[in-house]
Amino acid sequence: MTSEQQYIEFYREASDLIKNKSCGVMNAVRDEAFETFQQLGFPSKKVERYRYTDVDAAFAPNYGISFAPLTVKPSLYIFNIKDAPIDVAPYYHKVADRLDAITALNTALVHDALLVYVPKNTKVADPIVVDNWLRGTAATMMNRRILIVMEQGADATIIINDHAADKQRFLTTQVIEVFCHDNARLDLYEIEETTPLCSRFSNVYIHEGRDCSVKHNSITLFNGQTRNLCDVYLRGENSEVTLNGCAIGSGSQRIDNNTLIRHEVPHCTSSELYKYVVDDKSVGAFAGKILVEKDAQKTESQETNANLCASSEARMFTQPMLEIYADDVKCAHGSTVGVMDEVALFYMRQRGIPEAEARTLLKNAFMGQVIDQIKNEPLRQRLYVKVEKRFRGELDKCDDCRLCK
Amino acid sequence: MLEIKNLHAKVGDKEILKGINLTIGDGEIHALMGTNGAGKSTLSNVIVGNPAYEVTEGSITFNGQNLLTMNTEERAHAGIFMSFQAPIEIPGVSMTNFMRAAVNARRQAQGKEPLKSTDFLKLMREKRKLVEIDQKLMNRSVNEGFSGGERKRNEIFQMAMLEPTFCILDETDSGLDVDALRIVAEGFNKLRTAETAAIVITHYQRLLDYIQPDFVHVLMGGKIVKTGTAALARQIEEQGFDWIKEELA
Repeated sequence: MTSEQQYIEFYREASDLIKNKSCGVMNAVRDEAFETFQQLGFPSKKVERYRYTDVDAAFAPNYGISFAPLTVKPSLYIFNIKDAPIDVAPYYHKVADRLDAITALNTALVHDALLVYVPKNTKVADPIVVDNWLRGTAATMMNRRILIVMEQGADATIIINDHAADKQRFLTTQVIEVFCHDNARLDLYEIEETTPLCSRFSNVYIHEGRDCSVKHNSITLFNGQTRNLCDVYLRGENSEVTLNGCAIGSGSQRIDNNTLIRHEVPHCTSSELYKYVVDDKSVGAFAGKILVEKDAQKTESQETNANLCASSEARMFTQPMLEIYADDVKCAHGSTVGVMDEVALFYMRQRGIPEAEARTLLKNAFMGQVIDQIKNEPLRQRLYVKVEKRFRGELDKCDDCRLCK
Repeated sequence: MLEIKNLHAKVGDKEILKGINLTIGDGEIHALMGTNGAGKSTLSNVIVGNPAYEVTEGSITFNGQNLLTMNTEERAHAGIFMSFQAPIEIPGVSMTNFMRAAVNARRQAQGKEPLKSTDFLKLMREKRKLVEIDQKLMNRSVNEGFSGGERKRNEIFQMAMLEPTFCILDETDSGLDVDALRIVAEGFNKLRTAETAAIVITHYQRLLDYIQPDFVHVLMGGKIVKTGTAALARQIEEQGFDWIKEELA
């Protein structure tokens, strides 16, 4: 029996139960998603976008599937999808790639969803914060769904924190769909601070209309196995997107980021910077594709992936890709994998800085470049501290939330 | 203070030092001269404990301690400092953080509490004046965007911050204009005490006009082949090294 079989059987038995707990808009696409999953199965390493993560192995253990209800603190912009103030059918499972097996599985199993809705021309001053806590007394699978609708001229910052409150095995699938109408602006931060017992499969899909500006920051501070996918569809002219990532691996952690920026129309700009520091026996992977379609003239795009292997046993796979069908574009991509700068280490040690401290300073300096770009000042300051703590080995659990003690 | 006996060292498979003997007493300045590739920089790197160099024979003792069993930072804590020939940039590490880490590591090794922020900044301000280095440079990353002269001044500034007892100036004069040379050399002289000693590596007499050596050694083929007083440096300035080679032949 392959891993998908247990999920297929589960769905056959429990689909009515899930539907009862869920709502019309989610149920409308559920069976179709299940069919898709059944046909695809879990992607093997031969599937291009999954070549660096063993999906089958991650989903093989027997997890109890959580159907805990979503708790939403009443707020102006955050809703349980069941209480959506707008018709979400035009968005739900419309931005996502329906042919991705993980997305299909998530869509089939998820019973509750979070909606962030920012109405037309509304500028949300304070960041909207979403905290995900993984809790459970046995190995648990969580399926999470977030829909973000930014109406015309809407402007917001959203920070999504991932914590694991219990020392337990957790498997998470997550699908985030972002729909930006014309002129919307969104800063979206995802910060993972879980435990080595956690596996995370997160798929983020972003649609941008005209004159939009989206920044997505994916920060993996502490984890077990993480596979993040982020796809951006630039569908209106004069829009821009920034995808930044910071991944820190130690022990035997695995961090796999896979991104696609699809320029479908002219005059859009994209920029991407992902940095990794992998230490001990950890493994990092980055694959990022910029796809410039035939009509997407005057595209400007810059993709950079820079990596530091801090130990001889750490591994980094990097695959920056450009696929261009237009003839008047400015695109650049590059990637580097380096080791600790021995000359800099020696210089610092000669000044009396102990080797471990010198290494920390260098790793911190290397990651600083990504953190520097975070626009939200309190978050940026918090991350400087967290990243440094992480490199000092003082961050093995989140230290600033009440639940994670 | 420093005693080097029959020191052999190699980098990779190449033996560069082939039996160095050198004794340096408290308060003494020793100039080290010699052609390119003679082993001057290798000797400095071996003294400070650069892991890229391997000592194959001989000994170095520093105030009675066996230096060769100490790692780079322990030697620094013991009071050894090298002004680098080509100080490197460390992007992303600010001068202030770098200096704070260095000063506090040294204090910790001496069993002292870390400096309070205000005291540390006061110390920075005080020492900066010594080599006339701009505050703006302190907010940058280490040596990033520094001119050649600024880097050399920065080395002496770091020396002032760390108050070593034994210094190596590895071609600190190279790339400096006349005024910068004077500032750097005078800065160094102000830091000298009766207890501090130094090795000054240079190709030129000019630096030795400011920092007057008690002894001048000529290094050739990995050995010290001639030792003299300040007069020897002046003679080399006028006549080069050929006459020494002829003497040896």
